[in-house]
This record gives sequence, C-alpha cells and structure tokens, in this order.
Amino acid sequence: MARSTTPRRKAMFTVFAWAVGLLLFFPILWTVLTSFKTEAEAIASPPSFLGFHWTFENYVTVQERSNYGRHFWNSVVISVGSTVLGVLIAVPAAWAMAFVPGKRTRDVLMWMLSTKMLPPVGVLIPIYLIFRDLGLLDTKFGLVIVLMLINLPIIVWMLYTYFKEIPGEILEACRMDGAGLREEIIHVLTPMAVPGIASTLLLNVILAWNEAFWTLNLTAAKAAPLTAFIASYSSPEGLFYAKLSAASTMAIAPIMILGWFSQKQLVRGLTFGAVK
Amino acid sequence: MGSITLKQVTKAFGPKEVIPPLDLDIHDGEFVVFVGPSGCGKSTLLRLIAGLEDVTSGSIVIDGKEATDAAPAKRGLAMVFQSYALYPHMSVRKNIAFPLKMAKLSQAEIDAKVENAARILNLADYIDRRPGQLSGGQRQRVAIGRAIVREPAAFLFDEPLSNLDAALRVTMRQEISELHQSLATTMIYVTHDQVEAMTMADKIVVLHDGYIEQVGAPLELYERPRNMFVAGFIGSPKMNFVEGPEAAKHDAHTIGIRPEHLTISTESGSWEGKVGLAEHLGSDTFLKVDCGPLGEMTVRVVGELGVKAGQTVWLTPDPSKLHRFDGKGLSIF
Repeated sequence: MARSTTPRRKAMFTVFAWAVGLLLFFPILWTVLTSFKTEAEAIASPPSFLGFHWTFENYVTVQERSNYGRHFWNSVVISVGSTVLGVLIAVPAAWAMAFVPGKRTRDVLMWMLSTKMLPPVGVLIPIYLIFRDLGLLDTKFGLVIVLMLINLPIIVWMLYTYFKEIPGEILEACRMDGAGLREEIIHVLTPMAVPGIASTLLLNVILAWNEAFWTLNLTAAKAAPLTAFIASYSSPEGLFYAKLSAASTMAIAPIMILGWFSQKQLVRGLTFGAVK
Repeated sequence: MGSITLKQVTKAFGPKEVIPPLDLDIHDGEFVVFVGPSGCGKSTLLRLIAGLEDVTSGSIVIDGKEATDAAPAKRGLAMVFQSYALYPHMSVRKNIAFPLKMAKLSQAEIDAKVENAARILNLADYIDRRPGQLSGGQRQRVAIGRAIVREPAAFLFDEPLSNLDAALRVTMRQEISELHQSLATTMIYVTHDQVEAMTMADKIVVLHDGYIEQVGAPLELYERPRNMFVAGFIGSPKMNFVEGPEAAKHDAHTIGIRPEHLTISTESGSWEGKVGLAEHLGSDTFLKVDCGPLGEMTVRVVGELGVKAGQTVWLTPDPSKLHRFDGKGLSIF
C-alpha cells in the first residue's frame, strides 16, 4: 500500500515525534539540570530552567558521602551476570521451542510470559525467606539469580522470535550437507542469530540495570547496586533534591551512554518479527 | 550406486495419512520426476527419502543399504531446496565447501572440488560474494553446486525452479538436464509443472492424494494414461472429456481427446460448436469451442486460424488418438 508523504504530512509527523520525544526525555533533562543547582534553587518556585547558579557541589558531596564505585561495580556484576546466565539457559530453551515445537509449546510460552504479569510484591515474602534461609540476602550472587529468573521469560521470548525467523529449510539443508546437531548450532544457527542474541543481551542488561524492586528489597550494604545508591538520597532526613538528582544522573549515565550507542540494535531487537 | 527402493512406505501426520502404502523402485542413474497437484504428497515423499521426515511404516533402501532410520546426513543424498536454502552468512565458496568441510576433507581437496564445481556451473566470477548479492538464477546454481561437490548417491530437487522467472526456468531446466547427462547420477525431481516433468524425466511418477497414479516414461504417460487423472494432468492444454451417448458410441463411459488431436473446420465435421475465447500464442492458437451438450472443448490449431468469436465450426477427433475410460475412470485399452 502506497502511503502519501506530502511535505505537510511529513512536517506534522516530525513535530509530533519531537513533541513525544521531548515529553519522554524531559524528566531526565530536569534531573540532570537539577543536579547542577543548589538545594535552594532546586526547590525554588517558580523553578528556573537554565538561569541558575551552576555548581558541581552536589556531585562532590555525593562522592564524599557514598561509594559510587562500589555501587557501580555491583550494578555491572548483577546486570551482566544475570543476563549472561539467562542467555545460556534461554538459548537451548528457545531452540527447542522454535525448531522442535510440541503440542504445548505455545502454552508454555504464554505461561512464561504470564509470570511477568504477577506483581513482584506478591512473591516478595517467600523469596525473602528463601534468600534468608540460604544466606543469599545482600549477596551479588543472589541478585544475579533473582534478576535472571525475572528476565528469563523475556530472553526466551526474544530469542524464540529470532530463531523462528531463521528458515527451517536452511537448517534442513545443513543436515543434508552432513552436519550433526552440534555443527548445525555452531556453524549455521549461531552465526545467523548473532544480531538477535546481541540485542537480547543489550536489552536485558538495561532491564537488569534499572531493576529497583528486588535490588532494593534484597540488599542492604554489600551487594547494593546503583538503584540503592539513588534511593539512599531520598531519605527521611529531609528534601535533598539536588543531591538526589546528582546521584540519579550518575546512576543512569552509564546505561544511557550504552543505550545511545546501541540504539539501532535495540530498536531492531524490539521490533524484530513484528513486520514481515 | 544410486538406486532407491521404497517398500510399503506410509506417512501419517497425526491421524491424517498423507502417503498410503507405497512401493517404488528408482534405478541407478535415472532422472525421476514426481509430479502432481499441490498437496498430492510429492514433497512429503521426497522428504521421506531425504530423511527430513520419519516414515510411519515401511522401509527405504538406498544404494542397497537399509536407510529407513538413518539420519539425513548419513544417507549420502544431496538436496536442492525450493528456497535455495543457502547459508546467508557464508560466501559462495564457503557455501559450496560446507558439505566437504562436514565430511572432513583436507583443505586442498576442498579447494579443488569447489573450483571444479564453480567451473561447471559458471560460478567463478562471484565465488567470493554472499548469497544476498546474487540473482535468483545464480543462487540456484550455488545450491546445485553445493549438492554436486559431495558426489552423492542421488540428488533430490524440491521444486527448484518455481521461484525463477519463465525464461530463466527454461535455461535452468536445460542446465539440470545437461548436468544429469554428464554426471549420470540418480536424480529425483519434484514439480507441479507437467512441462518440467515431460521435458526432463526418464521416468515420471504421477501422484494424487498420496497415491501413485502411474509410473512411466513421459511419452508413455501421454499416449497411454492409465486413468482419467493422468490423462487430464499430463499434456497442455488439458485433454477434453466427453460423457454420455457420444462416449457410448465408442463403448466407453467417458472418452478423451487431446486439443491437438481435434481438427477444426468451418464447413463440416463430427461435432458442431460455437467459437468462444481464443488464446493466440503466435505459433499456436488455443480455441475454446462450446459444443452444446458435449460441453466446452479446447482445440489446438497450428499457427493462426481465421475464425471469429460466435462463429459456427465443426470439430473432428482423430479416431486413433481417442482415449476410452470406464465408469471408474480407468483406461480401456
């Protein structure tokens, strides 16, 4: 179907897209701006947009009061660890579902997805108690496991969608050419699915990095990632918007940069299989 | 070498039996074409021979060895798929070398065989390109190249030309026939196109609803079809069928006459009719003639004929080319 793209129509879409983009980006921009204000300016009404006294004071204070490096490292270990472990488990699962589906494959996939619809707080107490009994509270290993489980349905679904796109005839050709299952996976399936596996990895690193519910509830000091680092600034001590903003900016900056450079992969990953 | 025998082979998908018990002998070096309308089971039969589907019962013997439960990789067969099924991440060279690599040949042997295949199929100019950068015909050649390097016991072709345009199809048809002549390896070729079947095959297997309707040489099927299905399927345009008193005159339930075995006259003949649609191909003209109670007949006329739509004409069948069928649709010889 040919779609008319008159200049006027195009201009309208551009304006609309920019408006939506700015609306979504505004809270982040405001956080970054606030992080450069003094506490007094941060709560001033009406707020000033750019005409305030710029200061790095909040960043200095945040650095002095807490250990950013340790939280950062915890975030890296937890998000990368849970993603890698998740992909190792999900590749065989998705392979089986995509290429040797059974009668109930569809149901299993739906059931996996349905676990994402359960409010996490519903299983907080049992998981907390299990973690306590196993000595996993406030450990990075415990968080790796729990975040891997939380994101596993998404990883399996994404890889399943990617694998489904690989024509069955290519794998059959490979079998006719004398390849066994191992050679088929190494020489044909994996190289063809690399873009899919890469975007799955990226998206899940981001999801795990931003995950706040479990990381806040299952950690105290040792394994606390950047989410806990931010939360420590929204304390009952009083309103410290500027410092909270500085901490938030420092926490989201790494993942924003990663996301920025991998936009193409991410968009491709999320829309893959949607359009034929 | 490359003989294949199917004994009482059946295939069912769940409760649905797509191949009823079937026996078939394919001799070494034969070019066998499985032909039939969509859904007749011809591709399933090929996949059973390839080992890509498991037989429900029966046995398959390839090259004198029991192969019913052997993995596709162990059957010594090569297959060319309808979609070409090339590896998109590998160059043409690597695509062709892949089966040799799987067979653990030395690099020197692989290089020699790939060069040779590339030369036979005129692939040398784009040997380092990826499949995505090739045209349909070139991709088809790569797929064939990947099949021939293995020197298999038999080649299996699953509608390999159906994605190509008409002109290229004719060229590739000839190339595959020439390849068969030079390699003298057994080839099994699946198509729904009876022209491909007639022009390429040593032996045609006509399939319908999983049953083998007839096995024979192309001209044998054309001249002596076993039943009305084969009579109607082989030959283009289709054979005309007439029932009723006209058939009874020949002691048959139905008579069949091919469009090329009817003579048309504007003055006299056996059957009177009115000219309907005419298809002008230049070399031939196909006329639809409405013969009233006898039904619509297709007539093939060489060259052009000066008749207009609506004009009354007479058709006369060549009595020696008349086919007679009984009430069950079987030929009466």
